[in-house]
Amino acid sequence: MKTKETEGQFFSSKKGDKDIKGKFIIGITQLAVILIFAILFIILGIIIYQGREKFSWEFISTFPTDGMTKGGILPAIIGTFILVIVMSIAAVPFGAITAIYLTEYAKENSKFAAAVRFSIRTLAVVPSIIFGLFGLGFFIQFVGAGADKVFNAGELHWGQPNILWASLTMSLLTLPVIIVSVEEALKTIPRELREASLALGATKWQTIKKVVLPGSISGIMTGTILAVSRGAGEVAPILFTGAAYYLATLPGSLSDQFMNLGYHIYIMSTQSSDVEKTMPIQFATTLVLLILTLSLNLVAVIIRSRIRRKAN
Amino acid sequence: MDSNIPKKNAFTKESLKKQFRLSEFLAEKIISSVAFLSIAIIVLIFVFVFKESLPIFNFGEKEAPKTEIGVNSDSKPESYRAAPMEDLKPESYGTEPIEELKPETYGAEPITQEDLKPETYGDVQAESTVASSEQSPALGPENNEGADKTWSTFLTTEWVPVSEHPRFGLIALLIGTLKVTVIAMLIAGPLAILAALYTSCFASKRAKEIIKPIIEMLAAFPSVVIGFFALIVLASFFQNIFGYDSRLNAFVGGVAMALAAIPIIYTISEDALSAIPKTYTEASLALGASKWQTAFFVTLPAATPGIFAALLLGVGRVFGETMIALMATGNAALLSANPFESVRTFAATIGAEMAETVFGETHYSVLFFIGSLLFIFSFVLNAVAEFYVKGRLIKKFQGK
Repeated sequence: MKTKETEGQFFSSKKGDKDIKGKFIIGITQLAVILIFAILFIILGIIIYQGREKFSWEFISTFPTDGMTKGGILPAIIGTFILVIVMSIAAVPFGAITAIYLTEYAKENSKFAAAVRFSIRTLAVVPSIIFGLFGLGFFIQFVGAGADKVFNAGELHWGQPNILWASLTMSLLTLPVIIVSVEEALKTIPRELREASLALGATKWQTIKKVVLPGSISGIMTGTILAVSRGAGEVAPILFTGAAYYLATLPGSLSDQFMNLGYHIYIMSTQSSDVEKTMPIQFATTLVLLILTLSLNLVAVIIRSRIRRKAN
Repeated sequence: MDSNIPKKNAFTKESLKKQFRLSEFLAEKIISSVAFLSIAIIVLIFVFVFKESLPIFNFGEKEAPKTEIGVNSDSKPESYRAAPMEDLKPESYGTEPIEELKPETYGAEPITQEDLKPETYGDVQAESTVASSEQSPALGPENNEGADKTWSTFLTTEWVPVSEHPRFGLIALLIGTLKVTVIAMLIAGPLAILAALYTSCFASKRAKEIIKPIIEMLAAFPSVVIGFFALIVLASFFQNIFGYDSRLNAFVGGVAMALAAIPIIYTISEDALSAIPKTYTEASLALGASKWQTAFFVTLPAATPGIFAALLLGVGRVFGETMIALMATGNAALLSANPFESVRTFAATIGAEMAETVFGETHYSVLFFIGSLLFIFSFVLNAVAEFYVKGRLIKKFQGK
């Protein structure tokens, strides 16, 4: 029995069709891949197909009109851009420095480094809504309201949802993304470069500043792009830290509320008075958001594969 | 690592001993303190989310007696009938314009309900054994003790946060969350693991380079986009096939969340499968096992810790997913085991209600309490995934 089976398999690799069971099982795994592909492209296809009729330059560059049933989504796009820019300003330096610590300074058996790594991984799996709660509890109620008490004599200015708190909340969410990409890039810098620099008499910090950092620019860029892509798409953290349903003007300062693409989709599809009527707008907004996040991701993937190729 | 070099010099020549440089010292300190920030953030998140939920730990003791007595008397049936109809509708259904069927389901419950739960859920019990078993112990404290208003309502099944007698029954929310999680994992788990298996064991190198980034592209889909797709397209599609009543339900939400969980499970399991030493598979192939036997009986078991971790992280993602739950599950805190009924998850409850609460109110604190539960849950999941995997891998490579 046993010998027969092995014999069969031995030959099956040459003749091919004897091992029907094996083919069937491999086929099932292949089917899983095909199914995931199919789902992916169906989603893409439907959103592109439904969104294309409304999708135009006018749609992107005008304000919503008639109670958001007509017009474009300019304020939502601008709001999203401000959000991701402020978020990057806050998150990128911290992320990059943490990554530098982990690759350059942390000793192999350091408990502290292990704790930092664990925190980062935890940060990456904490549900996004928790960041929203944290933003509300910490930034708005604690920092914002505290600042108002001290500087504004209790008058509410910073102690309410605004674009700054939303961006900072989002930056916490995207911190792990940046750290992981920068760390990966730093690891591809050959040891010999660092050693050469040290051997020439440069100190550690000089080496990092002049050798390691320039080499990791592309990694920092990848991290930033991925973080922006993530931050542009997340809605849960900004639900109650600054996103607004509708604003007639663009945010003028960091203490203003803002409109956001993802939040716009959520609002339009669940809370608007006539969901059917605004369907094309919803699909087109989704298309815009999807183009934004997917193209950013694509750029990041390309840069990253280039880094890897260079490293090999 | 790099510090080895100066150290060696220090041993050989005194003159080359590492000098104290202020800038070096400062740079290192600043960089480590920034790194410390990520630990601080985790602690701060826990402290602040939990801090906001603190009021519920002493609020109830003062107010509990009078409200509970009121609830125990015959005012209860009235308030019940009034509450779900008036309070719940604007709260959760008003936000969901497509939902037209829920009120009927709800309406049926208060009517059959004379003044206690058992009759109410009698009809539901028939289809849900899980629900009834969890619910019966909860009846006691709510009706008899009444020592702590908020806490006593936690174990009930009614989520009526805005009413004269707010009830924060977490059981229905828990069941809803579990239901969605189970559905999502039943779909995402096998699909993602099989796909990972194909990618790492059967696909050619070229195919692998195409498959992996494309599936990982799914991770770039914002959850609001998946939620939107589920809400507009999937919900109608499944309703046409299965013909159930409520358009948005646990099943639609579960399928949508599976889409969010697939890339996570896929990526981590694929990494785990690819990390299995070549010697394992080569030994198996050399012994005459075929490719699929090697994959299923050698590679897959060897990668179990990694795959387990992948599944845990997938659960964590689904459990805390907000936007998809908010948009696609119908958001009705019903107690039933039927996957085609609307559900309300923990995360969606926070997302939907936080904006309407008043700072400092019990409802506000309860939402933060749910938030701390979610945070602790995801923290533990991550810790288990990490330490289990590490422990198992170390054992494996040292022991053998």
